[in-house]
Amino acid sequence: MIIKLIIVVVLFAVTLGIAAYLTLMERKVAAWMQDRIGPDRAGPFGLLQPLADGGKMFFKEDFRPTNADKWLFIIGPGIAMFTSLITGAVIPWGPDLQLFGETISLQVADVNIGILFIMGAVSIGVYGIMIGGWASNNKFALFGAIRASSQMISYELAMGVSVITIVMMTGSLSMRDIVDQQHGFWQDGWFSWNVFKQPICFVVFLITALAECNRAPFDLPECESELIGGYHTEYGAMKLGFFLFAEYVNMFISCAVISALFFGGYNFPGMDYFSGNTLAILGTLVFFAKTFFFIFVFMWIRWTLPRFRYDQLMHIGWKKMIPIALINLLITGVVIAYTEGWFSKDKSNESASNAKIEQPLGVNTSPEKTKTGNSL
Amino acid sequence: MESLSNRKKVVSNKKMTFMEKLYFPAILGGMWITFKHLFKKHNTVKYPEVKREFAPVYRGQHVLKRDEEGRENCTACGLCAVACPAEAITMTSEERKKGEEHLYREEKYASMYEINMLRCIFCGLCEEACPKEAIFLTDRIVPTYFERNDFIYGKDKLVEPVDQRVDISKRQLTGKRPA
Repeated sequence: MIIKLIIVVVLFAVTLGIAAYLTLMERKVAAWMQDRIGPDRAGPFGLLQPLADGGKMFFKEDFRPTNADKWLFIIGPGIAMFTSLITGAVIPWGPDLQLFGETISLQVADVNIGILFIMGAVSIGVYGIMIGGWASNNKFALFGAIRASSQMISYELAMGVSVITIVMMTGSLSMRDIVDQQHGFWQDGWFSWNVFKQPICFVVFLITALAECNRAPFDLPECESELIGGYHTEYGAMKLGFFLFAEYVNMFISCAVISALFFGGYNFPGMDYFSGNTLAILGTLVFFAKTFFFIFVFMWIRWTLPRFRYDQLMHIGWKKMIPIALINLLITGVVIAYTEGWFSKDKSNESASNAKIEQPLGVNTSPEKTKTGNSL
Repeated sequence: MESLSNRKKVVSNKKMTFMEKLYFPAILGGMWITFKHLFKKHNTVKYPEVKREFAPVYRGQHVLKRDEEGRENCTACGLCAVACPAEAITMTSEERKKGEEHLYREEKYASMYEINMLRCIFCGLCEEACPKEAIFLTDRIVPTYFERNDFIYGKDKLVEPVDQRVDISKRQLTGKRPA
């Protein structure tokens, strides 16, 4: 119990710390891509910049517009922050750690519906933006909130379908199971990571994750140039800070989910040579390295691509992403059914193939088949 | 019609191919460009530590020159004030008394000479109007203050000290109109 509490506190602190330093990383990456240096005045290499920004946020006037709904105006950023922080609970950060004769699971809660929990928490996250934007009583904030909700709903569908594809292959909704099934790097004659089994699914998930995080090129809810900040136009001080912070926490969590679902989480090539605590620590480091790589990719995309138009956003979401994800789901289902022997006319043949595979129902054991299924 | 500049581009509305519709090659190409910029030289000049060299004709804070013997050139004729489009210059003139010959070059001098740096647009017309080569713009930057009155520069700030002459040779060589 106490160990769980410690893990919760450590996860909370680490998530907040990483989110704070992601703001610095974003500014640095942006600067380098634009041939600039970036913030370098606060401390060596500007390392104290997040502290300075946070301090500034705390000491600014906590302003509230006269016509804003008082309580909803305060609750909005709170919901955004809360939902972005609870998603980290089900992510397996590393293999089990052996400490003081006890096995410590580097995961706050191994719920058997982990990925469903993340999807649910992310959907609640849009309430923070909606309530905040609506309570501001400002037309730009309302525009931003409306765009945010419609964008979230549109892209959640494609995201959900691509997650279902992975769940079908794994046969489990638990994050720990999904990661464990991608053990090592090479298994049964094919790469074990899901990205090599489901590349289309990965691309769909990456794009929808960008949209869910409100990152460029899908940053319509808060586009500075059209909506002067969108849903947080009327916010200032730490309430604005909460919105911005929640966004970076979201980005961190979704990058962690991407690396867990598609890039093997804490699995790495040659992990069988290690065991025990060495494996646990190395695995955690590998997981964070993968996560940070994807965070860099997110920033890289932001500083490369311009923003989509609103109709283009809807066009991509409903007419491109969802059909692609659905067709991918269909093909995966057919391939799984084929490997399970559903198409064989002979009943005895079916049971024979089932016995040969020796895997629970719904688990795709033939990666080569899946690959051909994707290239269809 | 024939294009004279040879820069005319014909816009085509041809149907995009499947690869073009996917957009992924174009997006990856764009990301490759931004990736290359990560390793390029930064253009930033770290200002307070490193100062960029000004152009020789840079027009900054004014200086009222003295001649070789340390006498003020200005005779308070007021031509600079007349030429000034921003009405930033004002002055009062006074007659040179006996015993002040080492201070002022001619019989008349400016007892008060003020430039309002908030009004000044640094066009350099005062410099062109001056018949005595008394006022010049230099490559010094006017700093910022918290009070408006601080921006009104009097003779104490404008006249160059005898022992710290302000170099205006670059501007004299390049900025002068051909005779």
